[in-house]
Amino acid sequence: MILIIWLSDWMIPIIILGIVIYGLLKNVNVYEAFIEGATDGLQVVFDILPTLIGLMMAVGILRSSGALEGVSRLIKPLISFSQFPSEVVPIALMRAFSSSAATGLILDIFKTYGPDSFIGRLVSIMFGCTETIFYTLSVYFMSVKIKNSRYTLVGALLATFIGITASYYLALWIFGI
Amino acid sequence: MLNYLWSFMIIFSILISGFSGGMREVTTSALSSAQGAVELCIKTAGIVALWMGIMRIAEKAGLIDALARKMTPLLDFLFPDVPREHAARKYIATNLIANFLGLGWAATPPGLKAMKELQKLNKGKSVASHAMCMFLIVNISCVQLLSINMISYRTSYGSANPTEIIAPCIIATLLSTLTAILFAKIMYRKER
Repeated sequence: MILIIWLSDWMIPIIILGIVIYGLLKNVNVYEAFIEGATDGLQVVFDILPTLIGLMMAVGILRSSGALEGVSRLIKPLISFSQFPSEVVPIALMRAFSSSAATGLILDIFKTYGPDSFIGRLVSIMFGCTETIFYTLSVYFMSVKIKNSRYTLVGALLATFIGITASYYLALWIFGI
Repeated sequence: MLNYLWSFMIIFSILISGFSGGMREVTTSALSSAQGAVELCIKTAGIVALWMGIMRIAEKAGLIDALARKMTPLLDFLFPDVPREHAARKYIATNLIANFLGLGWAATPPGLKAMKELQKLNKGKSVASHAMCMFLIVNISCVQLLSINMISYRTSYGSANPTEIIAPCIIATLLSTLTAILFAKIMYRKER
């Protein structure tokens, strides 16, 4: 437990320290490289701004129409055997298809419940350990014209399911509800 | 994909609000969400720029290649059908390392090249080989050091400790990757 908190606190400083020292050892002009990367970083952020406006607007009106609550109320009886919050189910489903739409829903969770709520922490962990399964599979397999993907989809879904379950129990265990 | 999804979200929610009489809320929320998106972008820009700056140092210093070269034992275990000197190995390693460091944009090109190389080794050209299945399952369950986007969003929405999710994230993703590898290995044994 202490190790987990320690790791979270130390991770970013250690990565930064390690990379700067490694860069110096490899004779890289680290400051120049940093500025160059940061410039691209700003570009990336403002390139995704239109997407973010579109999706946050769509999710925003979805929330205000009451449809999001309706969906989670519909899902609730289906997962009533567990304590898993029904608001998170649409996000988990969306995540498999579109990363940016899932981001829109997660930002809505942060806005509604706050990032330090149980749900906020759960979706944060969940987002980090799942991928846009269907998108990735179709891009990779289509690039080499594979039609029969055999057990790849089942394996990916299983791994994602384990990731989501683990996120739930970790959030419960480390932070509590 | 997003074309239909986005249209559906908008049409669906406006129609519902029309019936339930919440049109003013829809208007307010559409306007404030658009505004919120710009605020969010400005708040996250600094963190993302900082991280991409650091990662550019790593790229320039050749960290991705250096780590990729250290992956031989792991690749021997995951891809016994791919010979050591085969080009697919290098691309797979680069893809997995870039994913691990959270460098999505640096991961996709070598990933697609890896698929092309694996296809050369593949006997049935329209059926995925075991190596492809393993590669994509591991790729999707991706072990990731940290998701800087999530941390910057958490910071923007005022989290007291935005990085507290790093370690739980790593544990969750390790579990899912181990499951992925185990599953692919079992299927490999069974179908051979």
